Formats: sequence, structure tokens, C-alpha cells
Amino acid sequence: MGMTITEKIMAKSSGKKRVEPGESIWLNVDVLMTHDVCGPPTIEIWKREFGDKAKIWDKDKLVIFPDHYIFTKNPQANRNVNILREFASEYNVPNYYDVGTDRYKGVCHIALAEEGYNLPGTVLFGTDSHTCTSGAFGMFSTGVGNTDAAFILGTGKIWEKVPESLKFIFEGNMPEYLTAKDLILMILGDITTDGGTYKALEFDGEAIFSMQMDERMTLTNMAIEAGAMNGIIKADEITEKYVRERTDKPYEIFESDPDAKYRETYRYQVNKIEPLVAKPHSPDNRDTVRNVAGRKLTKCYIGSCTGGKLTDFYNAAKIIFGNEVKVPTFVVPGSTYVARQLEVETINGITLKEIFEKAGCVVAQSSCAACLGGPVDTVGRATDGEVVISTTNRNFPGRMGSKKSEVYLASPLTVAASAITGFITDPREFL
Amino acid sequence: MEKIIKGRAFVLGDNIDTDQIIPAEHLVYSLSDPEEAKNYGRFALSGVPLNQSGLPKGGIPFVEENQYLTKYQIIIGGSNFGCGSSREHAPFALQVAGAKAIVAESYARIFYRNCVDGGFVVPYETLEKLNDKIETGDQLELDLNENILRNLSKNETYKLRPLGDILPIIEAGNIFEYARQNNMI
Repeated sequence: MGMTITEKIMAKSSGKKRVEPGESIWLNVDVLMTHDVCGPPTIEIWKREFGDKAKIWDKDKLVIFPDHYIFTKNPQANRNVNILREFASEYNVPNYYDVGTDRYKGVCHIALAEEGYNLPGTVLFGTDSHTCTSGAFGMFSTGVGNTDAAFILGTGKIWEKVPESLKFIFEGNMPEYLTAKDLILMILGDITTDGGTYKALEFDGEAIFSMQMDERMTLTNMAIEAGAMNGIIKADEITEKYVRERTDKPYEIFESDPDAKYRETYRYQVNKIEPLVAKPHSPDNRDTVRNVAGRKLTKCYIGSCTGGKLTDFYNAAKIIFGNEVKVPTFVVPGSTYVARQLEVETINGITLKEIFEKAGCVVAQSSCAACLGGPVDTVGRATDGEVVISTTNRNFPGRMGSKKSEVYLASPLTVAASAITGFITDPREFL
Repeated sequence: MEKIIKGRAFVLGDNIDTDQIIPAEHLVYSLSDPEEAKNYGRFALSGVPLNQSGLPKGGIPFVEENQYLTKYQIIIGGSNFGCGSSREHAPFALQVAGAKAIVAESYARIFYRNCVDGGFVVPYETLEKLNDKIETGDQLELDLNENILRNLSKNETYKLRPLGDILPIIEAGNIFEYARQNNMI
């Protein structure tokens, strides 16, 4: 019996020839990533448990991106960034990307890709559930809590149960009105928020391999919304080109064997999928945009690790171009690189940033911002009674700041179309 | 560790995500300073819409306003308990509030690991749906030797899935104690 790509990477990382789903193994971690919300408690646990012997297992493999609560006056949030800063200085952590300096990058999952930490065949753990995003690079990546991260910080190892795999094959060419966000909302509607629990989601098919990395990352990013351990896409020439433009570190490409075993295989024809939303209050509460069109909105939001990449803004700008938004619309670049590119990339000679600003959008600084609500002074945060449509990843009660608000999740195309009408709107009306 | 956990039930529905367990705006408090960490208890489960909080009636907060401790020691959940983010603040908040165990149909992976590896609360899985059988306030007795939950108020007994692989970690206290006992660190 053959192995899946996830099983092959886990076997290599645990020093075994083969592994079986359900087997508990110890993995050697290639990169540990943390941020300002979970980094400080991780460091505290590491100091408490290892005491005087506390030693970072490999400084080059620790990456710290402050990104969650950055532009806030909240004193405890600022204290957390200070804890990271002092830790990085005391232990000479080379890969610390401090706020308020040229090194500040923005949202960790996007920055991991941009800074060349995502390498095919490697194993990455992070103190954030969306760490699964990196799986777009043909690697194993998953989220853990502070205790597990503290264990990795001291030992470089962690136990994990080998997941069963589910395969999702998308056939055909992506129509202009469809994005990776619609595809993952399709999957979530089919398998629900626990359909992937303790499983690997493997994406395949010509529609996937025609996508650039930004779009592939949207798919793997929301694997956690199905409860999955990881999402994964085999590395190809597009992956290798992206990686080689950023790093010369070694990597190894794995692919699933033809006779690898899947718990289930799902097939989709992309030209049969319509623009989709997840209605309040769950990412699996799928419906077509057509069915909810006309719902009056109070706010639109384009940002986060899911929907704040350059391709997301390019897609939104295509529709917003030459129009004015009818409701407050927030444009929050996922990284400082994306923010800079908004001033470089153009449509008909006009930069994306100008397109958004002329339309009346608020263009904010890069961070996780209102995707997860955050401190009360967070830009774009939802308040009581609001109806929001957003390119982000979760719409559980209160996720964007108020449990008395309603959040619809959708693609950047759908959010842009909705911003210029003030009602949930099918992007096909503008394409 | 306690082998018999006694306490009152607090009943919740399916898909209780980590934003409902501890809303993100509260993730700024220190987890190591005991005085400041009490805030996690104060806001534990404060993100649950009130009509779904304390089933079947609803309208019951897990922790009363301006209090730091709950009256309920055993949380009864449905499927996919703890879905959403990786924040370990979630099981920590439940522990700080005074909860000892969760009994739910199923758990999200990261939350489950956090409960066990951090030694915060004992996460038991049920063999049948229990959040429509048990009522908030019922007097319960969780027996870790027998893997059963006794409902003293209703005079019922429910079988639970044995803790299996994770029992040694729970018995040790957390992943670090387990690793020390096994000469791994």
C-alpha cells in the first residue's frame, strides 16, 4: 500500500520508513512559529518547565512575528509585544520581526511564505490554528497550543497522531467569477466544521495546479475550519519558483503514491460551482451568493491571512475600479509587502491603493486586525447590530468583535461587489 | 489526580468555538500572574450567546457578572467542542473559572491536545449525545476509574469512552511531567 504526501513527510520527520494513520509518532520540527498572543505564554511555560536549563533547541528554527494586536493602545497587548522583544534580545533570536521597525512583516502565515520559511517536505508547527496555511507548499504544517509549543521550543520534538487523508479534486478551469475562497466554502458546506477533525485535507486537480501560491494558500488556510490537522498541496514548478525567489535553503518534494489510501475522495467540476458565502454563524453554513443577494450590509472587510494577499486585493480592485463604496469598507493588507505592492500593482495605470482610496475604502496598516475582533480600538471591528461581509476565515458568534453582529464570509470578488452596492451582491453582475 | 470529580453540570450545544470560550479581546492578560489571570475565569464562556448558555433553559451565564469563579465544575458539550483557534487560553480559562472536566461528544484537535498536554481540564468523550439528557445544575459524579458519569439528580449513569492513549499524560499532570517521568527531557 502506498503512502500519501502527508504520511511520507511525517515518516521522514520521525525517522521511519513508513507510518500508518492513527499511529502516534514523535516528529522533528523544522520551524516553530509564534506571535504576540501566544508567544509570551509559550515563553513563560518554557522557562517554568526547563528552569535554569532552558535553552532554545535551535535558534535558526524559531520564527516570531508580532501580528495580532499591534496598532492598539491596550497596555496589556503592548506589554505582550515587549515580552517578545525582550526575549528576542536576551536570547539573540535572529528571526524576530519587530513592530515599529523595517523588519515588521504583518500576518504570520503570509510572512512565513514571503520570507522563505515555507519549504516543501518540511515540518512546521505554529501557535496559531491557521498554521495549516503553509501546507500550500507541499509541507506538513499545523497549529498547537502554548504548552506544545513550549515543549518544541526546548526539545525540537512533538508527538502527533498520523492523520487519515481526505482528497479533494477540482477539475476544469477556474471561471473568472470564482476564487479559491469559493472552493473551500464549497468543501466546508459538504463536510462541515468537524468533517476534517484529525485528518489531512489534500487538494488536487488541474484547477488547483493552475493557481498561483496566494490562491493555494487560501485553500490550505481554511483546512482548520473543517477541523483538519493540515491541508496540503503537492509542490510543483509554481511552488519551486516562488520558493527559489526567496531562499536557497534545501527542500524535498514529496507526492502521494497512486495507491495511497484516502478515507474519502471528493470530485468537483469548478465550472459548476457558483460564488458562495458562509452565512452567520459558522464557516460551514454555505449558501450561494445568489440566494442571499440583497441582504443589507453595514460593513465590508477585505483582509487577514485568508483574504488579505495581493491576489485578493487585485481581485477586489478589478470590481471596485471606478466605483464608490456604499458602506464602510476596510482594506487591511495581510503583510507589509502586500501593502507596498498595493502602491506598485496597477489596473489601467492606477495603483490598487488609489483604486481603493478613490472608492472611499479605509486602507489600514498590516495586521490581523478585526478578523478576530481584538482590543476595542481595532480597525474595522464589528459592533452590536452590524451585518458584515468579509474575506476572513471565521464567523462564529462574536468572532469579529460583537456576538450581536452577523458576519458573512465570501471571496474578495463577492465582498467587492457587495461594497459598491451596500447589499450582498453576486460578483458576476460586475464581471 | 482526582479519580472522582463531583460537581454541577453546565450544559452547552454543538460547535462551541474558542471565541465563545474566551473572546479574543481578553487574550491580553497574563497567564502566569495569578491576580491578573483571574480575568480568564471572569470571562470564561462569556462569548456564548446567552440564550444558548446553560441549556436546556438558556439564559444562565457560566460565571456571574463581576465574579471570577463558576458554580459549575463539569461542562457538558455536544460535538466539535473547542473548534476554532489554537488559543490555550481557552482550556486555561475554564480551569481558572473552576471547571474540572468536560464531557462532550467530540473535540477539535488543538483544543483537545491543549486540555491534555497543559493539564487544564479532563476531556472525556461520550458514547451517546448527552447534552439533551443532562440539565444545567444537575449534580454529577465523574468516575475516572470506571469511565462513567453518574447523574445524581436524575439517577442515571452514562458510559464514557476510556481516555486511552492520553491517560498517562493526564495522570502525570501534563506533557512535561510525562516526559520527565519517561526520561525524555
